[in-house]
Amino acid sequence: MRLSLPYAMSVWRRNAAMYKRSWKLNLLPNFFEPVFYLTSIGVGVGAYISEMAGMSYAEFLAPGLVCVAAMNGASFEVTYNVFVRMEFEKSYDAMLTTPIEPIDILVGELLWAMSRACIYGLCFFVVVSLFGLAAFPGALLALLAIPLTGFLFGAIGLAFTMLIRNIDLYSFYFTLFLTPLFLFSGVFFPLEERLSGLALLVAEVLPLLHPVRFARSCFLGNFDFIMLWDLFYCVALASLLLWWAQKRIRIRLSE
Amino acid sequence: MAEEVKAVSEEDAVISLQGVGKRFGERWAVSDFDLRIPRGVTYGLLGPNGAGKTTSLRMIYGLTEPTSGSLRVFGKEVRENVRAVRARLGVTLQENVLIENLDPRENLAVFGRFHLLRGKALRDRIEFMIDFLELRSHADVPVRALSGGYKRRLAIAMSLMNDPELVILDEPTTGLDPAVRLALWERVRELRARGKTVVLTTHYMDEAERLCDRVAIMSEGKCVMEGVPSELITTHLARETIEFDCSVKEEGEFLRPLEDPRARVRVGRRLMLYADDTGVYMDRLHQREGADCRPFIVRPTNLEDLFLSVTGTSLKEVE
Ligand SMILES: Nc1ncnc2c1ncn2[C@@H]1O[C@H](COP(=O)(O)OP(=O)(O)OP(=O)(O)O)[C@@H](O)[C@H]1O
Ligand SMILES: [Mg+2]
Repeated sequence: MRLSLPYAMSVWRRNAAMYKRSWKLNLLPNFFEPVFYLTSIGVGVGAYISEMAGMSYAEFLAPGLVCVAAMNGASFEVTYNVFVRMEFEKSYDAMLTTPIEPIDILVGELLWAMSRACIYGLCFFVVVSLFGLAAFPGALLALLAIPLTGFLFGAIGLAFTMLIRNIDLYSFYFTLFLTPLFLFSGVFFPLEERLSGLALLVAEVLPLLHPVRFARSCFLGNFDFIMLWDLFYCVALASLLLWWAQKRIRIRLSE
Repeated sequence: MAEEVKAVSEEDAVISLQGVGKRFGERWAVSDFDLRIPRGVTYGLLGPNGAGKTTSLRMIYGLTEPTSGSLRVFGKEVRENVRAVRARLGVTLQENVLIENLDPRENLAVFGRFHLLRGKALRDRIEFMIDFLELRSHADVPVRALSGGYKRRLAIAMSLMNDPELVILDEPTTGLDPAVRLALWERVRELRARGKTVVLTTHYMDEAERLCDRVAIMSEGKCVMEGVPSELITTHLARETIEFDCSVKEEGEFLRPLEDPRARVRVGRRLMLYADDTGVYMDRLHQREGADCRPFIVRPTNLEDLFLSVTGTSLKEVE
């Protein structure tokens, strides 16, 4: 069955209706987090680092943290929240009594995860800009990295959710997948200065690496062909996983 | 009866199942199910826990794929026309699926959008459903603060948002108080009066008897009986029932001089005899035990008797 965007959007609207109820409470913490990161690590740790990859440490950190915020915003939605809606609240069973099809649900949830990624990422971006760490107008292109990260991690999370049967497995997803990505994807230090040769090539599999590199290039106004590879990686991996996830969700929801 | 069912032509049948079966692993949850439900009829799907009622309904609205057989709704092959078929039907699931943090109005709005309703059409429909299921006094209270009766009514209201031609209600009144049940029966009658086809499941036989034009009784995945409740009762049991307590040994001795009743059912010590005239059994009790004979009840036979006699009672095996 083919995707129908209006039905997917009605799934998106469901989540939006719930978010609308508490958006003020939900939004505020998003501004504190970047302030804490930037003052603690950017300014505090940064005081002991004269420069990193040719810039101040806070400047180095800023684009990566924007992507991490988008990653976290998307990930929480497509892991615990989708699992609870699917397995415990049975929300999808109710949707499937209407003309909505499993693929509409998948895409609606993905779009919602991207929306959450944008909310988180934009809050970070605003704070980073207020700290004077974004060089405009180049940094504006970095805004593209936010939905891109949401798309990528929305797809990865959805695929994982369609794979597992036990909600406890998410602790592995977060501690063995997202946390190492956060620490080793070039957010805190330039991977290319620590690794060389084959290891550096292998590091290209790390999903977070690509949006981070893309965003940093934009922040610096250093446009390079490698950004096209980063874009391609994100879209290709996400599409592949979504293609698999839509087959899985169809089977899973008709059991 | 079988002829009567067949007489419903393919175009008139809103739902038509032919040899439909569903297997989960090694077990057939539903097997070889033939069913034809004409337009405008209120139809009851009855059966004990695990009989396959919910599974049958899920196949009808295209969620579960049958392992075998063919299944048409509105004359269309369901799995190939899922969107078109579901746009014309509404389903109240056995368990309520509501958004607890939102109020009934918002829940109805969310569900209306699943059917692509928007703007004024959506708002009007919400207000109509709030009146239809008498939710107005609680329309702005978060669902988590509502009682079971209000939640169930909201769930039913949601399933009617698209003004469906076919309404599927999976145990609509389980766990509700008598007043709410009566109110819901009234709504079902009103839907019927508007020409809707209603398919419901229930464990309350009085409900099925009052509400349903026809019923199918399922047991272990098979349809064991189908027809008009009152006709089924008189053909398979008898008009009257006499019930009293007695042991199996007493039963044999009690009945020996008499003609066998049309049927009998035993639940523990309770014996129920079905006959078109129960007078002979009353006389026999009086004659045996005199003025202070054991208490007995004579009553019209109901669908519950029929249900127990065809699906069996677990206590029967214990005896
Ligand atoms: N997804 C499933 N996987 C495996 N077995 C299932 C599944 N769904 C239902 N069954 C089994 O199929 C049988 C019929 O279940 P179903 O839910 O249709 O019964 P029911 O008549 O609706 O019962 P109840 O009155 O308790 O609601 C049961 O034995 C049930 O355990
Ligand atoms: Mg059921």
